[in-house]
Amino acid sequence: MIPLTALGLVFVTGKGGVGKTSVAAAFAELSARAGRRTLVCEMDAKGSLAAAFDVGELAFKPRQIEKNLFAMTMNTEDSLREYLRLFVKLPFVGRIGPLARTFDFVADAAPGVKEILAVGKICYEVREHHYDVVVVDAEASGHIVAQIGAPAVIADLVKVGLVRDQTQWMIDILHNPEITGVVVVTTPEEMPVTETIELMDRLDEETDVRPVAVVANRVLPALFDRRHADVVERLGDAEEVLAEAAGDGVDSVLEAAMITERRRRVGATHLERLRDALDEVPAEVPVIYVPELFTRATGRRVVNLVSKALTDELDTGA
Amino acid sequence: MAKTTRSTRRSAPNALDALLASKEMVLVTGSGGVGKTTVAAALAVAAVIHQRGRVLVLTVDPARRLADALGIGVFGNEAVRIPDEAFSGLPQQPKGELWAAMLDTKAGWDELIRRHAPDAKVREAVLSNPLYQNITARFVHSHDYLAMEQLHDLHATGDYDLVIVDTPPSRNALDILDAPSRMVEFFGSRLLKWLTVPYRSRIFNVATKPFYQVADRVLGSRFLRDIGDFFVLFQAMEKGFVARAREVEALLADHRTAFVVVSTLETAPAHEAAFLAAELRRRQLPLGAIVINRVLPASLSSDEAADSANRLAVLCDDEDFVTSVADAIDAEPDVTATVLGEVATRFHDVALVATREAERRSELAALTSCLLSAPSLDGEVNDVPGLFTLSRHLREQHDGADF
Repeated sequence: MIPLTALGLVFVTGKGGVGKTSVAAAFAELSARAGRRTLVCEMDAKGSLAAAFDVGELAFKPRQIEKNLFAMTMNTEDSLREYLRLFVKLPFVGRIGPLARTFDFVADAAPGVKEILAVGKICYEVREHHYDVVVVDAEASGHIVAQIGAPAVIADLVKVGLVRDQTQWMIDILHNPEITGVVVVTTPEEMPVTETIELMDRLDEETDVRPVAVVANRVLPALFDRRHADVVERLGDAEEVLAEAAGDGVDSVLEAAMITERRRRVGATHLERLRDALDEVPAEVPVIYVPELFTRATGRRVVNLVSKALTDELDTGA
Repeated sequence: MAKTTRSTRRSAPNALDALLASKEMVLVTGSGGVGKTTVAAALAVAAVIHQRGRVLVLTVDPARRLADALGIGVFGNEAVRIPDEAFSGLPQQPKGELWAAMLDTKAGWDELIRRHAPDAKVREAVLSNPLYQNITARFVHSHDYLAMEQLHDLHATGDYDLVIVDTPPSRNALDILDAPSRMVEFFGSRLLKWLTVPYRSRIFNVATKPFYQVADRVLGSRFLRDIGDFFVLFQAMEKGFVARAREVEALLADHRTAFVVVSTLETAPAHEAAFLAAELRRRQLPLGAIVINRVLPASLSSDEAADSANRLAVLCDDEDFVTSVADAIDAEPDVTATVLGEVATRFHDVALVATREAERRSELAALTSCLLSAPSLDGEVNDVPGLFTLSRHLREQHDGADF
């Protein structure tokens, strides 16, 4: 199996709100610090990637944000302009004016066009070896299959024309397991785990793009073994003794312990469900655990903490 | 739970009951993963427990077990009645009828085409067009629009006293508000006109020639023509579609409609909820309530609790104290000491989260006169009793004034 850190193109996806961007940013940062020239690209232009790195607004043109690390956001109109300039060599592209107006709807209506402009730009960067690795903070799990499957859909729908001719090399990159991999981020909760399992099935059935890892984010550490956990549950019976010595706030302290322990236990059942489902998947997909950080900080601080957790896991997991 | 909820002020009019009694349509919005579907179902349960009448909850993508519990997902767009037996064993029994339906995008589009097609020929041509399915699934946020359309439809049947809609998870919560006007815009757009101009005249039209030269070379003329053919058919339905979209848009601003914004107190969802609430106000759309879900008890961030945790951290080294606790719960002293130590140290992690939540809670409270909250419940909510418990929490803590 190709180690995660040796791939040339990594799509990071997952249900909204699970910390996809932090994980993508952390992967990119690890890769850059390991000396690989890295491009990280945010697909949905929501600005979360800029926020994760605590840098000002990002644009289509990649910007260096630290040594070996470049960041950009996807914009299909810019991608189209670049494409026309590089491949179609049409003299009057400049005269077309705001392409968004004209092309936006064709792109919206014609299946796969927007997706291919986005994924095409990514594949282009990979093909031209502008970077050692491209990390994509990709669409959420509901949309990712449409996105990475776009070249194949287009090849199917569009019988002639430049776009069709351009799909094959993209497919070659996307379907090459030594180059491309998908990392799915989840949290130990019902819906994120269910979506992760469904996505694994869809990737397998509808695409030839390979899942390489699942990152389980915000996992509560097990504080107690079974013997200890029983004691936590029973501590409530000693509330009087405890309150007398430690004050009336002790019931809140016990409640906090029980809430956390219960959450951890529910989470553990979802993680078990996840591991069981991954056993059924043909590809070998390891689970990488990132603990709940309990941090007040956001942005760069969180990326650093996630990178650290990922480093620990990748070292022990490899 | 170690502590029960503080006593309810029964004399005060219940904010949630008032909302559900005065509105006919409730749109439940918010970012993904905050428990929107569950909250929508819990609101419906609250409504049938306290009011007579027929209440329908229209969900978009429920977790399978919730769908199973509600008995939906089998019949496409068809609504099903939740039998009263589902409520058996609960302290309160429903006064009204609970109905549920699941939004089926494909069936919804087929329905729209059937309704708006001027004749059977257009209808069949559209439905059998190979691009139809692919296109409808993608353009103008069709999920969002269909949810609105479905709401309009259900309301118009007069079959229900209250319809609660769980809106689709959008990348942007505003998409749902913009969906009807996007539909109208689409029919008026230059692009639709271009797409439907017969192929030949396009080539010779000076104004659009450059555009088509690019489009042809990029997409291939055959593909463009296929798209064009499809939209020619589609344009035949313009009148019906536009009229409907305008009605749907009007419905959003209707005094019988209310929006409920659901959020957790985590950074990203809370930020999205605040943005959405502000945007509703700007557009003069009725914000009925903000529901904050999976909230930690406020007592966790009290000084008293922190003080107790600190004292406990010291006390766990005190042999006499540990023995007395161990005796009280019939446990081994060394295990008890370890547990007390962990509980005391880890408390501060949870307290930090609770403090942060309290800050976000007051930010959201400033945006609405009706802030409802529900704690993190044990396990997932998968059945009517679970929804009932959730609905009770929503009724009990009916404003942010406790803080």
